[in-house]
Amino acid sequence: MRLSRRSTLLLRLAIGVGLAFIYVPLIVIAIYAFNASNILEWPPPGLTLDWFPKAIESPSVHEALLTSLKAGLAATAIAIMLGTLASLAVARYRFFGRETISFLVILPIALPGIVTGVAISNTFTQVLGVPLGLLTVIVGHATFCIVVVYNNVVARLRRVSTSFEEASADLGAHTWQTFRFVTLPSLRTALAAGGLLAFALSFDEIIVTTFTIGAGEETLPIWIFSRLFRPNELPIVNAVAVLVVLISIVPVYLAHRLTREEGGVAAARGGRIEGGGVETEATAVP
Amino acid sequence: MGHRLAGLFHGRPRLQISGLLAGPVGWLVIGYLGSLAVLLIAAFWTVDPLSGELVQGLSFENFETLFNEPVYRDIVKRTVLIAALVTVTDAVLAFPIAFYMAKVASRRGKAILVVAVLLPLWSSYLVKVYAWRTMLSAGGVINWALEPFGLSGPGFGSTAVWLVMSYLWLPYMILPIYAGLERIPNSLISASEDLGASPFTTFRRVILPLAFPAVVAGSIFTFALTLGDYITPRLVSNDQFIGNVIFNNISNNLPFASALALVPIVVMIAYLMVARKLGAFEHI
Repeated sequence: MRLSRRSTLLLRLAIGVGLAFIYVPLIVIAIYAFNASNILEWPPPGLTLDWFPKAIESPSVHEALLTSLKAGLAATAIAIMLGTLASLAVARYRFFGRETISFLVILPIALPGIVTGVAISNTFTQVLGVPLGLLTVIVGHATFCIVVVYNNVVARLRRVSTSFEEASADLGAHTWQTFRFVTLPSLRTALAAGGLLAFALSFDEIIVTTFTIGAGEETLPIWIFSRLFRPNELPIVNAVAVLVVLISIVPVYLAHRLTREEGGVAAARGGRIEGGGVETEATAVP
Repeated sequence: MGHRLAGLFHGRPRLQISGLLAGPVGWLVIGYLGSLAVLLIAAFWTVDPLSGELVQGLSFENFETLFNEPVYRDIVKRTVLIAALVTVTDAVLAFPIAFYMAKVASRRGKAILVVAVLLPLWSSYLVKVYAWRTMLSAGGVINWALEPFGLSGPGFGSTAVWLVMSYLWLPYMILPIYAGLERIPNSLISASEDLGASPFTTFRRVILPLAFPAVVAGSIFTFALTLGDYITPRLVSNDQFIGNVIFNNISNNLPFASALALVPIVVMIAYLMVARKLGAFEHI
C-alpha cells in the first residue's frame, strides 16, 4: 500500500508503543529478580544475583517444579496421542459429523478456564468419587492441550499429499506399515511442535490447575500465586517467575521454528476451523 | 500381532475411522461434555444450610439468587462491561500493529514482529499479571514514571483490571487481524488507489470492511478470556467479578458456583452466535 511518510511514521510509532506495552512488564519483573532489596520499590536500590541460587535451592520450588514437569509431560503425551488420532480421522477420511470434531476439540480452550476447571473438578469429586490430585490435573491439562496438537497435525496433513500413502498401499503395505513408514515421518516436526506447545501451555496454566489440584500439592504457577501475598517471599518469587517465563518461552520459540511455513504457532492457539483459510480467500474478493 | 491387527483394519474405512476417533471423541464427549453436563445439573442442586451437605435435587434457588440479588446482578454487569471495554481497547490498539505487520513491514520485519507478538501470547500469564501488580503498586514503576509530571497511576481497582486485561489479551487480537489483513489481496488496495481514493477512503471503504470479521474473531478471545478470569481482579483490585464469586463459592457452595459458571457459557454462546452471523468463524 502507498502510504505517506507521515502515516508510515505514525504506524512505526504505534508498533513501538505496542511492543513496549507488551514487553515492559516482563522486563520489570526480570529486573526485580536481581533487586538487592527485599522490598519491591522502583527503581531498585541495587542489584544482586542472590535470589536465583536461593530459588533453585528451595525444596518447595523443587517439588512444585517436579509436579509441573510431571503434569506437563503426562498431559502432553495424552494430547499427542488423542490429537494425532483425531487429526488423522479428520484430514484423511470423510464421515458424518466431521466438522463437529474441530469444534469439539476447540471447545475446552474457547470456554473460560474457570468453566473447564469447575466442570472437571465437579465430575471427579461428585460423580466419580476420585479425590483431586496430580491425576485430575493431568486430565484437565490434557483436555485443553489436545487442540494444539490437533491443529498442528491437521495443518501438516493438509500440506502432505495423500499420493505417497496411496503409493505405499498399492505397493502392498498394511495400514499400519503405511502409517509407520510414510505418514508418521512426514508428521515428525508437526508432532514435535504440537508437543512443545502443549507442554508450554500446561506448564503455564493456573486456572484449571487451581480447581483440579489436591490440597497441599503445587505446580509452579500455583507456588507463585500462593506466595504473592507474602511480601517477604517476593524476592524469590521474582526469580522463580523469570525461570518460569524462560521454561515456557523456549518451547514456544522452538515450535515456531519447526512450523514457520504453516503458521503453526499462530494458528494453533486460535484453532483453525475446518477449511477456514480456503473459504476466506474466496470471500476476500467481493 | 501388529500385522493381524493391521489386516483387520485393511480395506475397512468405517472401522479405521472408529478406531481413530474412539479415543479422542470418547475423551472429549464422555469426559469433557459429560463434565459440562454435570456442571449444568449441579447448578440445580442446593446445600443444606444446617448440615452443609449437598442436596442433589431439582431447585431453582441458585438461579433465583443470581437474578434477584442486586450484588450478583452488579457483578455480572461489571464483568460484561469490562469484557466489552477490553475488547474495544484491544481492537483499537491491535489494528495499527496488525496493519503494519501485514501490509507495511518487510518480509524480515514481519517474521520478527510475528515472533515478538507470539511469544508473550503463549507464556507466563501469571507472571504478567504479577508484573502489573508490582507496577501499579504505590512504589511501582507507573507512579515513578508519572511523578515528574505531577500525575499518579490508577492504583488498584476496576481501571487497573481493564488496563491489565487489555494488556494480557492484546496478542490474541493482533494475530487474527494480522491474518485477516494478510488475506486481503494487495491488488484490491492498488485498485482503490488507482481509482483515486485517498488512503483514508481506501482504509474505510476497502480494508476495514474486509478485515472486520477478523476483528470479531479476535474479540471472541478477548471477550471470553475476560469473562472467566479471576486471577487478574484478585491481584490488581478488590472488586468482585464473575470468576471471583465462582472461586469463592467452589468449596462451600458448589451448586451456586456451578450456576455462576453457566453465566459465562450463556454469554459466550450468545456472543458466538452474533460472531458467526458477522462471518468471524472463518478467521478463528
